[in-house]
Amino acid sequence: MTMYHFIVFLPLAGALIAGLFGRVLGARPSEIVTTVFLMIAAGLSWVAFFDVGFYGKDLRVPLFTWISAGDLKVEWALRVDTLTAVMLIVVNSVSALVHLYSIGYMHEDPHRPRFFAYLSLFTFAMLALVTADNLVQLFFGWEGVGLASYLLIGFWYQKPEANAAAIKAFVVNRVGDFGFALGIFAVFAMIGSVGFETIFAEAKSLTGKTIHIFGGNFDALTVICLLLFVGAMGKSAQFLLHTWLPDAMEGPTPVSALIHAATMVTAGVFMVARLSPLFELAPSALTVVTFFGATTAFFAATVGLVQNDIKRVIAYSTCSQLGYMFVAMGVGAYSVGMFHLFTHAAFKALLFLGAGSVIHAMHHEQDMRNMGGLWKKIPFTYAMMFIGTIALTGFPFTAGYFSKDAIIEAAFAGHNSMAAYAFYMTVIAAALTSFYSWRLVFMTFHGETRADHHTYDHAHESPLVMLIPLAILATGALVLGFAFKGVFIYEEGVEKFFRHSLFSHDNWHILHAMHEIPGWVPWLPTVMMAGGFLVSYWFYMVNPRLPVALAKQQDVLYRFLLNKWYFDEIYDFLFVRPAKAVGRFLWKKGDGWLIDGFGPNGVSARVLDVTRGVVRLQTGYLYHYAFVMLIGVAALITWFLFKGAA
Amino acid sequence: MTLNSLMPVLPELVVVIGAMLLLMLGVFRGEGSTPIVEVGALVVIAIAAVLIFMQPSAPAELFGGSIVIDAFARFFKILILIGAAAALVMSMPFWRNHKLNRFEFSVVVLLSVAGMMVMVSARDLIALYLGIELMSLALYVIAAIDRENVRSTEAGLKYFVLGALSSGMLLYGASLVYGFTGTVSFAGIAAAAKSPSTGLVFGIVFLFAGLAFKVSAVPFHMWTPDVYEGAPTPVTAFFAAAPKVAAIALFVRVAVSAFPNIALSWQQIIVFISIASMVLGAFAAIGQKNIKRLLAYSSIGHVGFALVGLAPGTAEGVSGVLIYMTIYLAMTLGTFAVVIAMRRDGGQIEEIDQLAGLSRTQPVMAFVLAALLFSLAGIPPLAGFFAKFYVFLAAIQGKFYALAVIGVLASVVGAYYYLRIVKIMYIDEPAQRFLPMPRAVAFVLALSGAFTILFFVYPGPLVAAADAAAKSLF
Amino acid sequence: MTVPAFFFYLFSAVAVASAFMVIAGRNPVHSVLWLILTFVNAAGLFLLIGAEFLAMILVVVYVGAVAVLFLFVVMMLDVDFAELREGFLQYLPIGALVGLVFLVELVLVVGTWAVGPGIASAIKAPIPNASQVTNTEAIGRVLYTTYVHYFQIAGLVLLVAMIGAIVLTLHHRVNVKRQNISSQNARTRDTAIEVVKVKTGEGI
Repeated sequence: MTMYHFIVFLPLAGALIAGLFGRVLGARPSEIVTTVFLMIAAGLSWVAFFDVGFYGKDLRVPLFTWISAGDLKVEWALRVDTLTAVMLIVVNSVSALVHLYSIGYMHEDPHRPRFFAYLSLFTFAMLALVTADNLVQLFFGWEGVGLASYLLIGFWYQKPEANAAAIKAFVVNRVGDFGFALGIFAVFAMIGSVGFETIFAEAKSLTGKTIHIFGGNFDALTVICLLLFVGAMGKSAQFLLHTWLPDAMEGPTPVSALIHAATMVTAGVFMVARLSPLFELAPSALTVVTFFGATTAFFAATVGLVQNDIKRVIAYSTCSQLGYMFVAMGVGAYSVGMFHLFTHAAFKALLFLGAGSVIHAMHHEQDMRNMGGLWKKIPFTYAMMFIGTIALTGFPFTAGYFSKDAIIEAAFAGHNSMAAYAFYMTVIAAALTSFYSWRLVFMTFHGETRADHHTYDHAHESPLVMLIPLAILATGALVLGFAFKGVFIYEEGVEKFFRHSLFSHDNWHILHAMHEIPGWVPWLPTVMMAGGFLVSYWFYMVNPRLPVALAKQQDVLYRFLLNKWYFDEIYDFLFVRPAKAVGRFLWKKGDGWLIDGFGPNGVSARVLDVTRGVVRLQTGYLYHYAFVMLIGVAALITWFLFKGAA
Repeated sequence: MTLNSLMPVLPELVVVIGAMLLLMLGVFRGEGSTPIVEVGALVVIAIAAVLIFMQPSAPAELFGGSIVIDAFARFFKILILIGAAAALVMSMPFWRNHKLNRFEFSVVVLLSVAGMMVMVSARDLIALYLGIELMSLALYVIAAIDRENVRSTEAGLKYFVLGALSSGMLLYGASLVYGFTGTVSFAGIAAAAKSPSTGLVFGIVFLFAGLAFKVSAVPFHMWTPDVYEGAPTPVTAFFAAAPKVAAIALFVRVAVSAFPNIALSWQQIIVFISIASMVLGAFAAIGQKNIKRLLAYSSIGHVGFALVGLAPGTAEGVSGVLIYMTIYLAMTLGTFAVVIAMRRDGGQIEEIDQLAGLSRTQPVMAFVLAALLFSLAGIPPLAGFFAKFYVFLAAIQGKFYALAVIGVLASVVGAYYYLRIVKIMYIDEPAQRFLPMPRAVAFVLALSGAFTILFFVYPGPLVAAADAAAKSLF
Repeated sequence: MTVPAFFFYLFSAVAVASAFMVIAGRNPVHSVLWLILTFVNAAGLFLLIGAEFLAMILVVVYVGAVAVLFLFVVMMLDVDFAELREGFLQYLPIGALVGLVFLVELVLVVGTWAVGPGIASAIKAPIPNASQVTNTEAIGRVLYTTYVHYFQIAGLVLLVAMIGAIVLTLHHRVNVKRQNISSQNARTRDTAIEVVKVKTGEGI
């Protein structure tokens, strides 16, 4: 038993205890068990982080042989390297804090054991994902978090919207998972193994090989990487497969913080980083990654500008920030992308939990148009949200400042054909991010309140169990960037820290290059941030009528943004309705008429026919019976007569 | 021949002499003596069973080898005695309730048991035939024992006439076999029948036709539904249990020890009647509304499954048959216990519909019946699953793949009608309650249910005994 | 043609012909009579092979007892045989087919008849020389010694048959007056007669 056994399986134990015995134990013990287990796991994760990251104690913990079928041999093992260690602390820390927070946030809910079981189950699946030693294990975790996400989004299953959102998240993720699964198949087909070590060792030999699909030959590595990236797009809500993430906000807010900000949605980023030795050999795939990342960063930020639901704004922000991370991956700055993943986990979880605290204070009101002036009522939450916002927007020396600006610099320094596009998109998105983040703060906490008297008067600060996680995350949002920039951004530090867990190409030339860019580039994001802040201040503090007027004036654009570029409508038209039509056809005609008619119903009808025939034979007349016996004997004898005695 | 040399057949002698003593008792004491005779018959059976358990395990041959007492015979004799005892126990309250007071029933059952014991020990054609006739004649009588009831007498008559026809076939086959081998002893036949000649194979066909009638295998099954329906229920329970087990035993012994060298020929017959029985049993039972008729078809199907184990002609297969028949015996007796207990003020109920909602009116009875039906359908982990498992395994090991596949398919179809009863009991609106179950019947039901449900916990002893018994044939 | 052969064909031909008439005859009483003729001819066949005991048993048991019993039963039953016979033609084709199959089979069996080399030695109880012991004695020697268990089991079969016949047919009717010989014999004047003085005009 190593520490890693505990890190990975304590959450599972917690989930099983709370899930199977929750009713017997009661709510409070279930909460305590899962939370304490998670805290232990989180503490151990930090130990592991320093062990692995700074003392270089990488290791592989074999558990058991999972599948052995022909050539396919899948071991279940924990792969612990720096990349894993970073994910371990992100997952377990945020999860532990969210567990703690949920004790306060969910205290009125009658189904708390179930909730905590789901949370812990999710954590286990996520840990299985990040400790995966092969693609199949990764896929197990991948689907596990998908399942837990489904369960948690639909936790309030009495709400139809929650159910719809859960199904939507599941279905959209299926699209991505389909690509991912195909990618795994392709890897196995080309390399004959799904273990990471083998894949990385063999990857080089694949250059120049082709895969024959759809009547054409395509570069094998590009195809594999693109398929795998489709999986990442689904899980990380990238452009075109992003539609489920905003809807997922129907779930309880702690869930949004854990799953839809800090951990699950970053699985795609993690996957690309984990497979960086593969992606690095497929430059065209990396170009595609860059494009989608940049587009998502920009697109989601524009939609975030006009949303009114406090959680949706943060959700689009998450979407946008994930785009940043993919940009970093796309230009080859894997460690930078991981850095943003790391800091983003802290400040986005902070923002979500802060938003949760606001919602808690406002008795489950989520519409920012019905808020305002809350800072006096909930000053601590306000302070925390403020810290989260400056970290997100990239205020100097906060976490976001280091990580996000590094991505923009890396995009500038990047060599692929989409790098320039990515640079402009991320810079614009930085301004937009600043604008919508401050808009959120201003609309929620400042100005005259728009809430009704009753709600406003009863607004109250959240209990301590909810504030402690906020404080811890706020600290993280402030200092993580500064503290760890050395090992995530700077060449020498990265080389020592990540070693072989990420692909190193020409001694991290991109990291080198991003520090040798023109002097105005590093300033650009900060300027953008300030610009966004000023516009936002003017719009929502100085002249609050202006946004309304602007929206009227630019009605088409406003509606376009408000309706999220009409993606849901387009998808509804393109996929959902045809799919339903096909489904109805298959149901009524295919299933009802063809299969039931000739299958179960048909067969059972024939069975009844046979039965009727057999029963009719049973006439009750003795001589019929005797006849049947004689015919039987005669038949047997005739058989032998023609066949010969032997 | 000294008296000592008769020791191996002591159980048979006990049964026969006991039957005659009880007959005298009944005749001289009149019908008031029925309870005493019934208990006496049970005592006789118990003594015989104990004696069988005490016999040495080494096989013993008697009467110039025409009777053999080996592990195989002992195994089946125990089953026969259990089946007879259970049927007698269940019949006692039944006769009371129906004002039928016939001490002869117990006596005739004992005599038929003697016939069955001769059958399973028979090692030549004459002993075989005499055993069968002793058993059959007794069965014809008890089928019609409720002589005021038209259906009962009709059942007895049909059984008698068709039984005579089957005896004729059997004798014809036996005479052909004798004619072509010059001997009636199984060992002699096995030595003489090295290769299949036309006459010998035709003899086997007729011989097996006669035996197939006794086990009610298709196409010699036609009597079964009518007789099972018409005969009084405890008699039907007896029919479905002990005689069937004995006839299967005889079938196995004849096939394996008389014709080992021409197995290819008789295997074709077995495969044919096995498939026909499984398929017909499964399909015909679906249309039944009377539970006794349904169980008749069910027993036809089960005989088909048991014969699957005989088809490969291997020790594993025979062991599978033994296990199958043991489990079948337990399940059948339990199911018939429920049928006997289906009684209202108006009398005995036999319609399946009347079981509706039994889960709510008599939950325990419904549960045990459901378990028995699931087991009959062959659903794990109940005993019936293992029964099928062993015979199918043997068939597959013997490369009888088609047989095994058809068997599995037939059991799927068969599951339908068993599960339909469960559905009626658990989902349909309750019908009227049944009268409380007599204690004797409940006792049989409890034993059978416990065996069926708990078999998987400790199957070892039965499997070991069946293996040993099967080995004694090879 | 020797005399035994002549009689063999005579008996066989008559036996087969009368057996056919049993099932072809319109009147059931006639059928039974044809059956008796069949038995008699079969007995003749037994005589030809020197099995006079079996021949006599056949005549005594089957002709004398069984067939006559059949005759009684048939005459006592009120069955409309004409009606029963109506279905006969309907099943004639399939019946003929089955019969044909059996016939072909029989021919085949006879055609392939071959006495195996081991058969003579396999016979356990060889037939004793007819000049030294009589039929009856020969059968008796093995029937009560080697095959005594068969004899006993056959006895049990008869016992069951007897019990069955009684169980199924004997009715103890309650209101039937039965003769009780012992009580009749035990009657005395005292128990049978009671002298009552009757007063005139009152009755008993």
